[in-house]
Amino acid sequence: MASKPRTLYEKIWDAHVVERRDDGTCILYIDRHLVHEVTSPQAFEALRLAGRKVRRPDLTLAVPDHNLPTTPRIDAAGNRLPIEDPQSAAQLAALEANAPAFGIDYIDAVAPEQGIVHVVGPEQGFSLPGATIVCGDSHTAAHGGIGALAFGIGTSEVEHVLATQTLQLRPSKSMEVRVEGELGPGVTPKDLILHIIGVIGTAGGTGHVIEYRGAVFERMSVEGRLTVCNMSIEGGARAGLIAPDEAVFTYLKGRPYAPRGEAWDKAVAWWKTLHSDPDAVFDKTVVIDAADVEPTVSWGTSPEDVVAVGGNVPAPESFADPSKQSAARKSLDYMGLEPGQRIENIAIENVFIGSCTNSRIEDLRAAADVLKGRTKAANVRWAIVVPGSGLVKRQAEAEGLDRIFTAAGFEWREPGCSACLAMNPDKVPPGERCASTSNRNFVGRQGPGARTHLVSPAMAAAAAVTGRLADVRTLAPCQAVDA
Amino acid sequence: MDKVSTIEGRAIPLGLKNVDTDVIIPAHWLKTVSREGLGRGAFETIREAPSNPFDVEDFAGAPILIAGDNFGCGSSREHAAWALLDLGITAVIAPSFSDIFSGNAFKNGILTVELPQDQVDRLLEIAADHPITIDLENQTVTTPFQDRFAFEVDPFRKHCLLEGLDEIGLTLERSAAIETHEQQRAQALPWLDAPQRRDAA
Ligand code: SF4
Repeated sequence: MASKPRTLYEKIWDAHVVERRDDGTCILYIDRHLVHEVTSPQAFEALRLAGRKVRRPDLTLAVPDHNLPTTPRIDAAGNRLPIEDPQSAAQLAALEANAPAFGIDYIDAVAPEQGIVHVVGPEQGFSLPGATIVCGDSHTAAHGGIGALAFGIGTSEVEHVLATQTLQLRPSKSMEVRVEGELGPGVTPKDLILHIIGVIGTAGGTGHVIEYRGAVFERMSVEGRLTVCNMSIEGGARAGLIAPDEAVFTYLKGRPYAPRGEAWDKAVAWWKTLHSDPDAVFDKTVVIDAADVEPTVSWGTSPEDVVAVGGNVPAPESFADPSKQSAARKSLDYMGLEPGQRIENIAIENVFIGSCTNSRIEDLRAAADVLKGRTKAANVRWAIVVPGSGLVKRQAEAEGLDRIFTAAGFEWREPGCSACLAMNPDKVPPGERCASTSNRNFVGRQGPGARTHLVSPAMAAAAAVTGRLADVRTLAPCQAVDA
Repeated sequence: MDKVSTIEGRAIPLGLKNVDTDVIIPAHWLKTVSREGLGRGAFETIREAPSNPFDVEDFAGAPILIAGDNFGCGSSREHAAWALLDLGITAVIAPSFSDIFSGNAFKNGILTVELPQDQVDRLLEIAADHPITIDLENQTVTTPFQDRFAFEVDPFRKHCLLEGLDEIGLTLERSAAIETHEQQRAQALPWLDAPQRRDAA
């Protein structure tokens, strides 16, 4: 059948259109809705006030993550420990009450499957290729790594999805980010996405959905793809996705919410059709040479402020755009950095390994690989590892990674968002620096006055052992410890 | 939702580019289960500076905010829109907005007006001492000095804002179409229905 060639995004979009209005706005069906404690209470409240029900509780899954403390949640006797902050406790209590009241499946704060919503979705097989997935959190884009159309929504939209299982949306434009060649040794998916954001800028993807294409992504692990898609929002795009392939199918098979038996076979048959047609037209294309990507570090307060670790802090005058120059001046002032300073001379006092960008098992393995047989530098005051979910935590413990981290002077925590946004007690003190595997280096993101340098897990580990931002590739191979 | 037609008054000339949602409302203000009262935390880091436009007396209660490129980038928190409303801001003018923010703004009856940078610069200059007017019906921004800048607005959003329509109510009127889609989906993509539930396992 001859039909117009379509992009992957268009294929998924078209399969979910309930109705299209003349002005192009569509009612789009939503297959999976993930709910957490911070952006949902006002939505449930509004439903209650309007006397509305949740249309498809079976397509909705709730899990708390954003402001749960990452210190132990149960005492020695197995009793739940109270949350000290009364407002955090109130938000958690609201979700705990709302989920059963509206018939929604709920992963509670002490369940082994609890974790950051974007880690939990794919890990549970709740997120599936070709599905439309939403959550009241902008990093929902992460789920695009398994080939889903996934994007963040605000609380009114959470309410809209709860009530109707749809959203009213206009299609975005499509953008291709094609990465050619191969990533060098020691260069990770996190470095790649930081580099991409540096190239396109934080508004580069505005109004677009990005499809990441090229052999680099075919070779990349599913977890790496989740990391890349996760930060699409930092490039201004509402969503980012990668065509699903065998690696994704293998990753999902047998996961608790994934289809089984005959349903699985049917699903895979459809998933195999989910790729952009050869002649599909993108509204915008950016080509990146993988050979240009180095271990990458952010120096400023916007995720586009990135530089290769071997480079220097840029001078504000080096930017053509005058508003970018003044933004850079402000950033440097906030970050306490001088133009021309070598990135590798920047000392850090804190290290955070975690967040929905980099808290999966491969991330923890990459960091532990660097830390094995080493300890954090004396000037590193606080170093924590916050696994993305209870299952990641258990897996890491089974592999002995927790012992490597604690021997290196890291704290080993319970899963949650933690110092990614500092809503819970995990904060970076004012004026101090943090090498962080999270996704945002905004002013005050990790605590008032905190100075964030975004890096990959391996680079965060390298920063911990050297006490400064360091090129992980230049660290001597670690001592052979019994493997 | 309140009807929006003409917004007239002082405009806070913020002008900054990439004003992210952590600047509009820092995360520690998100621990609320209500929509009210967030104005106290709005632009907290900016307001720490003694000479910031939010605390200039002339701009108290100003209904308009003027900012630079990429306003509202960052998180999906609707608290950003609620915080603006709580400050009394019902329109934001900027050269561009993050997609999620403009959606959230619209759903709360806040008008986002996109104008080219040179026009925004002109408005920033005027706003220091004079009021400006945004006319949604005619899609114009005007000043006391004959400036008249036309802006684009999504026709559906315009209609909803002018009439004060509730989007959920509008969608619920299309329930029959949603049901039809669900039936087709159950045939074509059956694995998307009824994922295994934890509480059923
Ligand atoms: S880890 Fe950070 S970015 Fe991810 S969902 Fe939590 S707060 Fe958002």
